[in-house]
Amino acid sequence: MIPVQFDYVRATSLNDALKTLAGGDGTKVIAGGHSLIPLLRFRLAQPAKLLDIAGIKELSGISEYKRGLRIGAATTYRDILDSALVRDRYQVMMDATSGIGDVQVRNRGTIGGGVAHADPAADMPGVLLALGASFNLRSKRGKRVVAARDFFQGTFATALAEDELLIDMVVPPLPRGGASAYVSIEQAASGYALAGAAVVVKCSRKTVTECSLALTGLSDRAFLAEAAAKLLVGTKADPDTLQRVGAAAVEGIEITGDIHAPAEYRRHLAAVVVGRAIRAAIDRV
Amino acid sequence: MKRSVSLSINGRAHSVDVEPRALLVQVLRDDLYLTGTHIGCDTSQCGACTVLLDGRATKSCTTLAVQAEGHEITTIEGLAQGGELHPMQNAFWEKHGLQCGFCTPGMILSCIDLLESNPDPSEAEIRHAIEGNLCRCTGYQNIVSAVQAAAVAMRGAPVRTTA
Repeated sequence: MIPVQFDYVRATSLNDALKTLAGGDGTKVIAGGHSLIPLLRFRLAQPAKLLDIAGIKELSGISEYKRGLRIGAATTYRDILDSALVRDRYQVMMDATSGIGDVQVRNRGTIGGGVAHADPAADMPGVLLALGASFNLRSKRGKRVVAARDFFQGTFATALAEDELLIDMVVPPLPRGGASAYVSIEQAASGYALAGAAVVVKCSRKTVTECSLALTGLSDRAFLAEAAAKLLVGTKADPDTLQRVGAAAVEGIEITGDIHAPAEYRRHLAAVVVGRAIRAAIDRV
Repeated sequence: MKRSVSLSINGRAHSVDVEPRALLVQVLRDDLYLTGTHIGCDTSQCGACTVLLDGRATKSCTTLAVQAEGHEITTIEGLAQGGELHPMQNAFWEKHGLQCGFCTPGMILSCIDLLESNPDPSEAEIRHAIEGNLCRCTGYQNIVSAVQAAAVAMRGAPVRTTA
């Protein structure tokens, strides 16, 4: 399939990119293009203009920031996997990133592109929610910070305005002595999560003292399961507790049913991945 | 809507007039006649169109030609040097890592990306690295053997020829 005609401009700087975006006229941002180009080819997306931000240096890279990390929006998944900072501190992000797409997708695909695309079955939104990340957005009108929990608003829908660019994601440090994990069960052909759980825990003498839990793949967006996470605190994460946490995690959620998995099966998988992710994280403490 | 784009392919500079919507694979095949890069699926899944972009395995069906400007592109045609096959090509030949050969160019380039970053991969790491390259003939067994042989060769020892 061949995309419809569009114009293409390469941003020469961040300012230049924001200026182009402020012009409106149906401009779509492209970095790696691994969410967008398949949509263009099927003509599901027909933007008038593509703004290529891949060459803007300050949008790429991973650095230490306030004892946590700052990850540029145009950082590729490959660069995340190669980052010692991520590997040493954020196992949950390593788990998720190594399972995104395939090597070629990870070589070109960017974390910010995936986040801005907001596929409801993408892995990284759940990870960023569980880590309590916040996103820096910019436009010609100014800057603002949006917490991950306020960013994802539905299927392919985010807090980003038409003229705004996602600049970077700030990830706070894990609690001292804490550990994290991501476990998903994928649709076999696409590799997208039917159900995925991202967990951050802290333990004291085998008892969980802190927990953050987020799920993806189950509904129109990734979401935090705060009430379920609270159920885990004060327990030793025994099988009965994990079952209760898994059920509570999707309480009140409208679970997706489609040709890949009916809603009841996804509900079952949610409990499975929640239990496995919590165990995996605790084993790493 | 066409514009001139400079592409560096296999160490040679090319200037081509392309529409922004032209995929890299179309330009490689239809404009530059580098038909070793194959189109298998049109849905970004099969990896037959894999090339190296700055040394990293990339699906040329999911890359616009205009995006590739300023980057080094290597296709299967660029691997052999002075009539000598690349050690990975040699290993695929020696270990019979192909049957119909359709996936082979993309498979070889993905495997070169793997060995550049991980010169001594485990079998599991090899299988993980070729997840984005579908082969419907071999069952992957001989491809894994070929990558193991190439890893030895690229670390310095010669590839052992099978009887």
